[in-house]
Amino acid sequence: MKKMIDVQHLTKKFADFVAVNDLFLHVQKGEMFAFLGPNGAGKSTTIKIFTTLLAPTSGEVKINGFDIIAEQNRVRNSFGIVFQDQSLDDELTAYENMDFHGVIYNLAKNIRRERIETFLKLVDLWDRKDSLVKEFSGGMKRRLEMARGLLHEPTVLFLDEPTLGLDPQTRNHIWSYIKKLNQEKGLTVFFTTHYMEEAEKYAHRLAIIDHGVIKALGSPTELKTQTHTETLEEAFLNLTGYDIRDENVTSAEIMRQQRKMRPH
Amino acid sequence: MIKIIYNLKVIYILWLRQVKRHFRSKSRIFASVAQPLLFLVALGFGFQSMYSAAGNGDYIQFLAPGIIGMSIIFSAMFSGIEVISDEQFGFLKETLVAPVSRLTIMFGRTLGGATVSIFQGILVFAVSLLLGFHPESWLMLPVALVFMILMAILFTSIGTAFASFFSDMHAFPVIINFIVMPLFFLSGALFPVDNLAKVIDIIVKINPLSYGIDGLRGSLLANFHFGMWTDFSVLIMVTVAFLALGSYLFKKIEV
Repeated sequence: MKKMIDVQHLTKKFADFVAVNDLFLHVQKGEMFAFLGPNGAGKSTTIKIFTTLLAPTSGEVKINGFDIIAEQNRVRNSFGIVFQDQSLDDELTAYENMDFHGVIYNLAKNIRRERIETFLKLVDLWDRKDSLVKEFSGGMKRRLEMARGLLHEPTVLFLDEPTLGLDPQTRNHIWSYIKKLNQEKGLTVFFTTHYMEEAEKYAHRLAIIDHGVIKALGSPTELKTQTHTETLEEAFLNLTGYDIRDENVTSAEIMRQQRKMRPH
Repeated sequence: MIKIIYNLKVIYILWLRQVKRHFRSKSRIFASVAQPLLFLVALGFGFQSMYSAAGNGDYIQFLAPGIIGMSIIFSAMFSGIEVISDEQFGFLKETLVAPVSRLTIMFGRTLGGATVSIFQGILVFAVSLLLGFHPESWLMLPVALVFMILMAILFTSIGTAFASFFSDMHAFPVIINFIVMPLFFLSGALFPVDNLAKVIDIIVKINPLSYGIDGLRGSLLANFHFGMWTDFSVLIMVTVAFLALGSYLFKKIEV
């Protein structure tokens, strides 16, 4: 089986803070892999490194067989991503957002037209294609992001909390698209979520990360057996503790603070 | 060759996005003409009699090119804020994970911002015609346009450079105002630059905007202070330098 994500000795430091500490991980082609952890555990930092937004401090990461540093553009062509917070242009229409994406991923005009239709239909937004995104609800925006992330037919799809803040209906819809793509096209999916039941239901395997270190790795059943717990949520709490984590220790916040302190 | 076409397409779509966004916001277009109009009317008619009494002729004639230049640099510098708002509202990430070089993104953005500023300049030019401004020679209009384009690109890249450096959306307008105001006041936009006090004279000569204003005024009124080619060469050099700086800083953005 081909390794779609292959991580060795990955470390990321922000000054003295170690966000990701000597991480080892691999995800097979066609796998649905959940990456779980409390706030500030290093999830988003890891995804940012995988998606070439952040450079690692040390270690090696290969996506679809390509090195994230040496073969950056090949890596970028290989993955699609749905970010945690929205990344659409509100003042453009759904179609224009899709078309913009198609152009910057170098898709020919006829292919763009064809695929935009296919994917907007997949997420049930085709009849709203000419509406400005600012008129969309949160769920519609997330569905559009999903369609956009798939437009260049990536082999790996990264989803950073794809269902955060959505109602059960929309969550259910979004997971059904993802599952369909995973089963029919063998799309590899790497996702983070705080909803344990989603990980339990959809992930083939999962990793639990805390303080930048992987605490456990395996199938949902394996993790439950290992921790002698009934549900994945209990297993999760068992592994990461019951303390509340402060939101402001997320790596994004740390970076923001550092940028203010130190001009680059 | 295929790579060049691809990059040009990316620049085009980035450019198109900014132009679309601008023209969809009528209030933005209106607001950016309001301030230059105020300057033209208040200063133009306010200083009119004094200026002509001093034997310099019609002040509106003198002032209009300066105010056109002003509208361009304000709009160009402030277009940098789109980098910050794209960062805050997330869209920047969409471009940063795409298989495109940052340089291409920076060029597309700069051209988009510059186009919008040139449009504002032309709008203010039209307004000034209504207020009594008349170019000496309509044949020199293309030359005036060249100077408008150069100013627009120069100050858009300065704006982008600053925006890549400061990620604070609220601080940005304050900082830009802090830079734009002295550049504008000490550029010869409002007063003739001959026989100035030594210090002011030096500042005016260092200020790249002076050459833009002079180029614009020179081509519209057939009367250059520094000379057309001097204006042109200075602007080209400074523009290239700031495009390079802007690209360098833009490249270093981390989200």
